[in-house]
Amino acid sequence: MSDETAAAEEAEAEAVAEEAAVDLRYGAAVGESHGDVVLHATVETYLDVCSEARADGFDQLIDLTAVDYLTYAGERTLPGGLTPERFEVVTSLINHVRRERIRIRTQVSADEPTIPSLFDLWPGSEYLEREAFDMFGITFADHPDMSRVLMPEDWVGHPLRKDYAVGAIPVQFKAASNER
Amino acid sequence: MTITDETPETIDGAARVRQRGDDAAVLRLSEAEAAAIGTDATTPDDDERVLLNMGPSHPSTHGVLRLMLEMEGETVIRSKPVVGYLHTGMEKQAEQLTFLQGCTNVTRMDYASPFFTELAFSLATEKLLDIEVPERAVWIRMLMSELNRISSHLLFMATNGMDLGAVSMMIYGWREREEVLRFFEKVTGLRMNHNYIRPGGVAADLPDGWKGEIEALLELLPPRLEEYDVLMTGQPIWRERLQGVGTLNTDEALALSATGPILRSTGYAWDLRRDQPYLAYDKVDFDVIVGTYGDCYDRYAIRLNEIRESMRIVEQILDKMPSGDYRVQDKKVTPPPRIRIDQSMEALIHHFKIFTEGFKVPEGEAYACVESPRGELGIYMVSDGSSTPYRMHVRGPSFINVQTMPHLMRDSLIADAVAIISSVDPIMGEVDR
Repeated sequence: MSDETAAAEEAEAEAVAEEAAVDLRYGAAVGESHGDVVLHATVETYLDVCSEARADGFDQLIDLTAVDYLTYAGERTLPGGLTPERFEVVTSLINHVRRERIRIRTQVSADEPTIPSLFDLWPGSEYLEREAFDMFGITFADHPDMSRVLMPEDWVGHPLRKDYAVGAIPVQFKAASNER
Repeated sequence: MTITDETPETIDGAARVRQRGDDAAVLRLSEAEAAAIGTDATTPDDDERVLLNMGPSHPSTHGVLRLMLEMEGETVIRSKPVVGYLHTGMEKQAEQLTFLQGCTNVTRMDYASPFFTELAFSLATEKLLDIEVPERAVWIRMLMSELNRISSHLLFMATNGMDLGAVSMMIYGWREREEVLRFFEKVTGLRMNHNYIRPGGVAADLPDGWKGEIEALLELLPPRLEEYDVLMTGQPIWRERLQGVGTLNTDEALALSATGPILRSTGYAWDLRRDQPYLAYDKVDFDVIVGTYGDCYDRYAIRLNEIRESMRIVEQILDKMPSGDYRVQDKKVTPPPRIRIDQSMEALIHHFKIFTEGFKVPEGEAYACVESPRGELGIYMVSDGSSTPYRMHVRGPSFINVQTMPHLMRDSLIADAVAIISSVDPIMGEVDR
């Protein structure tokens, strides 16, 4: 029974992919951007895509960051019929043997900004994920130390979000007199 | 000893750096928790272990790196680098500045090697613009990068010597670096924070007589490097202090996303200049320097020899420097020459427009990376079609290499911790951004 449903789901996924006429790699839709291979994943498929990429020889996580698309003026169309979400986690991997790079763009919703951590695959993701958490408020599930890294621990807000205002905060100098 | 033909799997080679909890080399403790522990022992059943704070204001922490160390006697058990003291939100700021102003911002990140951040920023912007810079601009960029690598590594020689008690080395390293900076000043007008490499090319052509200056520099440096060899490389105290200290193997370095001299010190030959060539690195001849043991001494020796390799590249650039334009003649990104502004109203308006509004960059996202003296320096840029980046992210090699510190320091003496911080060579301006 469960086999049947799994097979049906798989067939459905294939049908969706076929309809959109995109290639799949590690189960993610393949795109291209200025000569780089870009894979598009969802929070659900993210960990599987990364594990498969690692098994295929992508031995180093080179970069991980996030983008907040809240005020993006351009058009956002993603291959494979994916729905664009507010946040996107961008993971860059490198295969040293084949001298190849891929970039995985994962859509993360604003309502529930949570995505699995890559710590068990590449422990080097620890600081990068902490930075993304600090700056965007995206939580990485199963991360060993999900805390702020650049901002003070008691800081409120996530500075790189687009709705975080740019402006001055009042600084009071003890030596300055208030009389002008 | 029996030799088995079992090869350890990669995943096991890096198991040490994957640890969580109390066995891990990384101390995962918040400020509040650390304050609660105070001077008490960190483990209840073992009263030997105490917390020790080092920095952020400490002569050998290269700026404002702070370390939380868990000590057992004089041995470091776990440690936590605490960063962010220099955080000024440069990535947020980049979203307010135009693509032309962006270089003035990013050049302040890694202040010891400013040309590399400018270069990565320009390459990412040019990728989005889909323009190709003229041959001469490419070679000028390469010349400045390699000279900057020399000056950055000379700075490392100075501070590394200083940290380990070779105080005179501080002055020697600074003295040689100054000679390189003098050339930078002649070309760009500034010793640091140049804003010289810009999207579309470089800000100005090389000045008259630049060849002579470089030839003099190439003549001056080799005997000075031999002095370093006498003072440090072959010296028994120096070797004792560095050999076997702070070791890392290749699997661990790869797992921790380490790049640059840290990765190469483990014997892994990976250098973007050779393996994924950018600019015109495929047209020059040079060697990638690798170590064997992955210790502090290897990291020192790699940097010293990379100075020699960079000099080799600079020598070839002298011979091969093509003539031509130093910036792309694309009216969209390049302002008109100064002389045209006096002659034509349109040129004046054009100039004004580019510097006030900036040029628009097509929608898209791109990642460009270069081999900085500290490892892979990448810029991830998203544009929404306006004249400012929608998002600019810097993959700072120092920031990521700081992660290796707890693993390098595990079970070493506190005196060696200073040698380890120094050999990782973090630039805090880029760690904190």
